[in-house]
Amino acid sequence: MTARTAARILSFAGFAACTAAACGSIVEIPIETPIQAKLDVSAFSRVLVAGFVAGGSDDVDTNLETVRLLRSQLRTKSNLRVIDADPMPLVQVAKDELEGPASRDAATATNGSASPAEQSKSDDTLPEIKTEKDLEPYERLFADADFWKRIGEEYQNPLIVTGTVLFAPQSRAGFVQREQEVFDQLGRRRVVPVRTYQERKGFILAQKIIFIDGRSGATIHSETFREERLYNQNQNTPALSSYFELMDGIVPKFLNTLSTQKVRGTRVLLQ
Amino acid sequence: MIRFCLPFALALTTSLATVAYADARSAAKEQVQFGIDVAQRGLWKEALYRWHRAIEIDPTYAEAYNDVAIAQEHEGKLAEAREAYEKAMKLAPDNAVIRQNYDLFKEINDRTDRRQNP
Repeated sequence: MTARTAARILSFAGFAACTAAACGSIVEIPIETPIQAKLDVSAFSRVLVAGFVAGGSDDVDTNLETVRLLRSQLRTKSNLRVIDADPMPLVQVAKDELEGPASRDAATATNGSASPAEQSKSDDTLPEIKTEKDLEPYERLFADADFWKRIGEEYQNPLIVTGTVLFAPQSRAGFVQREQEVFDQLGRRRVVPVRTYQERKGFILAQKIIFIDGRSGATIHSETFREERLYNQNQNTPALSSYFELMDGIVPKFLNTLSTQKVRGTRVLLQ
Repeated sequence: MIRFCLPFALALTTSLATVAYADARSAAKEQVQFGIDVAQRGLWKEALYRWHRAIEIDPTYAEAYNDVAIAQEHEGKLAEAREAYEKAMKLAPDNAVIRQNYDLFKEINDRTDRRQNP
């Protein structure tokens, strides 16, 4: 082999490498990444979405809608069997369980000449749910293991899903940035950000989902979510539509607590 | 004589090494291409095997590491995917496609980490 031959081989190899690099193909491919469930629910074969302590807007029956939505999602996207039962009116249940008959009597007596002791009992009365703070006193219900154990026994020890939901109107005024199309003297188009003061209204959805072991009545896990959606003042969005929009953000996270979910995406394979 | 032969011997060694490298890359590319074909038909395990083979043939093949990372991601093996992406990034730090894949992967991986360590 002479130096000339070697140089030829060298240049050919270089050329081949360059050609290969230039022709390197790329292929976009859809992938599904499985994300493991946060909770090990292998001990349960059934799930009871019992009901929620719900409040805020009167336009939507938040307890009923939340129970229906979570059950339908669990039916299609988890391996647990979903128990069909009437949603529990947990606000009323909480009042019965936490206030007790004595407290209710005290509450009715406050209009008359109530004793200080009776007055103190009436202060314990659970409030109407209008804000997130109003939900706090109701949370004692979820710590009542005996109560949840009784519910568990009634439905043959399932995993119990319950919690609190506040779906409430919200309005806010402030500067909003939007893009505006402008044309200069030569007719060239540009898009510039413009800040305008706007009054907007919408809804917030604050939800705490609690997972209870139906065998012991003990809380095994809880998650808190908060979503907000604001619309222009002149946009009339029905409360129920807004509720479902907001739940769209929460449902995948809820499902991923109980079952392995797949996150869809695309990646680029390289040659 | 030695002065004459030394440059020649060096050139020969370099050229032979280049040819060997080109051969290895070419064989590795065949494996990668086959892997891409089967991955497009949903045969990810076979694709992963092929891409691993490509890496065995040519351990400097950044694109093969990128493909391995994607397959591992698809299998839910996020730690292995991260390792393969990082290797690909190390081998080809200026490759924008690998960087983009890695960024997308990190979004999912970080979410999982947050869930495991809230």
